[in-house]
Amino acid sequence: MHRPARLLVALLSATVLLATSACSPEQPLAENRTLKIVYQKTDSFTALDTLFKDAKKDFESANQGTTVVLQPIEANDDDYGTKLALALRSEETAPDVFYEDTFKVRSDVDAGYLLRLDSYLEKWDDWKTYNEAAKAAGTADDGGIYAVPLGTDTRGIWYNKKVLQKAGIAVPWQPRTWDEILEAARRMKAADPSVVPFNMYAGKASGEGTVMQSFYELLYGTDSELYDQQEKKWVVGSQGFTDSLAFLKTLYDEKLAVTPAEALDANVWKKVFGEWLPQGKMGAVVEGSYAPSFWQKGGSYEWAGYSEDMGVAKFPTQRGQEPGGVSMSGGWTLAIGADSKNPDQAFQFLATALNKKNSLAFTVASSQIAVRSDVAAEPDYLAANPFVKDVSDLVSVTHYRPATADYPRISAAVQVATEAVITGKLSPQEAAEQYDKTIRDQVGDAKVLQK
Amino acid sequence: MSARKPARQHLRLLPVVPSVLLLLLFLAAPVLWSFHASFTNAALTGRNARNPVWTGVDNYARLLTDSAFPASVVLTVVFVVASAIVGQNLLGLLIAGLMTRARKPVSAFVGTAVVAAWVLPEIVAAFAAYAYFSKDGTLNQLLAAVGWAGTDWLYTFPMVAVVLANIWRGTAFSMLVYRAALADVPQDISEAALMDGASGRQRLVFITLPLIRSSIATNLMLVTLQTLAVFTLIWVMTAGGPSNTSTTLPVLAYQEAFKFGDIGYGTAIASVLIVLGLVFGIAYVRLLKGEHR
Repeated sequence: MHRPARLLVALLSATVLLATSACSPEQPLAENRTLKIVYQKTDSFTALDTLFKDAKKDFESANQGTTVVLQPIEANDDDYGTKLALALRSEETAPDVFYEDTFKVRSDVDAGYLLRLDSYLEKWDDWKTYNEAAKAAGTADDGGIYAVPLGTDTRGIWYNKKVLQKAGIAVPWQPRTWDEILEAARRMKAADPSVVPFNMYAGKASGEGTVMQSFYELLYGTDSELYDQQEKKWVVGSQGFTDSLAFLKTLYDEKLAVTPAEALDANVWKKVFGEWLPQGKMGAVVEGSYAPSFWQKGGSYEWAGYSEDMGVAKFPTQRGQEPGGVSMSGGWTLAIGADSKNPDQAFQFLATALNKKNSLAFTVASSQIAVRSDVAAEPDYLAANPFVKDVSDLVSVTHYRPATADYPRISAAVQVATEAVITGKLSPQEAAEQYDKTIRDQVGDAKVLQK
Repeated sequence: MSARKPARQHLRLLPVVPSVLLLLLFLAAPVLWSFHASFTNAALTGRNARNPVWTGVDNYARLLTDSAFPASVVLTVVFVVASAIVGQNLLGLLIAGLMTRARKPVSAFVGTAVVAAWVLPEIVAAFAAYAYFSKDGTLNQLLAAVGWAGTDWLYTFPMVAVVLANIWRGTAFSMLVYRAALADVPQDISEAALMDGASGRQRLVFITLPLIRSSIATNLMLVTLQTLAVFTLIWVMTAGGPSNTSTTLPVLAYQEAFKFGDIGYGTAIASVLIVLGLVFGIAYVRLLKGEHR
């Protein structure tokens, strides 16, 4: 009778012991600190992993007694953002330094996840080499700077010259209006019905790709906008929104883009970079300035001929109105956790990771647009691929996402609207009305501006 | 003696204390936390991330105005009824019944084939099902071999695809439960009925089924609850798409909580899912009770 009781006591005490030892945080010794670094790594994106491995080596040899723990998260952008946010929710799991998307900076600052860096940046000489747009990318609503950009990007039309030439279209190609895109796409289709003439992403599966590399190029080239910066309100009922959806409908209905089923596969971009463009099965696609990183030596889809076969064009405005082109920019940053126990060391690590040598290597390896003037002037950067100048020029017509805390819902509503249109579920008019209703429901009438 | 008896009875409960504690810690606590969160504006990021405030029934009121929600409830019920109650349950019973009559090698082969899907980890089973139904997948290659042009199943018939995949994956469980139950049906009753001239169908309806009634209820309960919670399979195969046509409640809750970072709203959907599970559960408990009348 006593045996089970004794066993139970033993069990319970063992559990309690285990629990207490797991809960008591190890006090970091002054001489034995660790820094936790969290970042994204995928089979086709290893440049950052390389960057941090190099930085860890440099940093640990310069700072004896501090251990840098690298914790790559293998996930796509969406899932990475979720995992990072979950880790940031608790002090115990929050990393010291992490890789942060520019469009999440503001909402994460609102959440109190990020450390304000102004006092550190003042003392960091390299900060002077960053351009103004880059400094703005890490600035929150309170005017403080919370993140340091790794690089930026732009978006344009990447076209396969051979496919265009086969259709009798002169290269270099630069469409001036939406109609000129359709015209060229129809000629490509007529010349070879098996090619996908002009692809623009749509649907929820491509996530931010659907808006950044497709819908916003259209919308920002109309006379309407997504968000009114002065009023700080989301725009509904605009003609430009419906027109943009109608353009996508035309592309998909006339089979000028991929099939709707292909568009709704989250891996469609891999086929674009890995198969269709290199094999001459696709005429053109709206994609980011990072495209060469997939094709260059060491990239995921090495393609020696890309520098001759491919060309870049500006995405035109709807009717050719000023400024004559549209691009979207995003980019990623490094930030420091607000709960970091060693903020000074964390900033030193950040500064090591972003020094000129490491920045240059990363910028070249991932085909980023440089944000540091000294990196931008390096011959290695300028010669990284034949398109550096083309995509850098797009900065003059580029736009940034209105990255408020509501933004992910707005983006999702846009993705839903594009999906409804390309699958034929709703007409552009109906999808735009549904979008307006969703936005009103989600952010409230007070934050909506009827146009 | 009489004074020691209750003490002894209490002591008998001691061995289950650890498991009760573990259940409370890892099952009840998250459920309660989630229920609590559903009354707040907890979020992954933004102002409410670390200091969520109590918002009462706001999240539940929002469910009523959200057009995605009723559609999702209907899809969840369709998924459970079609894949668990009808699919897994009936198919499991049928296979178990046939196996009791089949020759040994046949029944061993069928048993292994059915259980194979069950032993696979969920993520592997989900990828296998994706590979089977996808556009260039096994099904379309088989159809092409006999000259039929397939379609993109996951796009054209997403619900049919996930229902079939869940039947394939889960039937083994029902089959095992029913094999055990059928093995317990006394042969002599069946034989006596046979002597009295009862047909095969009559023996099934009036003898076998009533005798395994409690197994049926238990099995229905378990497969229903398992199926209500299915997430990985759907997420891998269709991710709820296209246009939310396969977004069951778990998928919707995940999207709201983690994709849009609205944990309060996501947990409200999860709470509705728990209630839905309770409704099914109560129905089956009634079925079980009926037996003891």
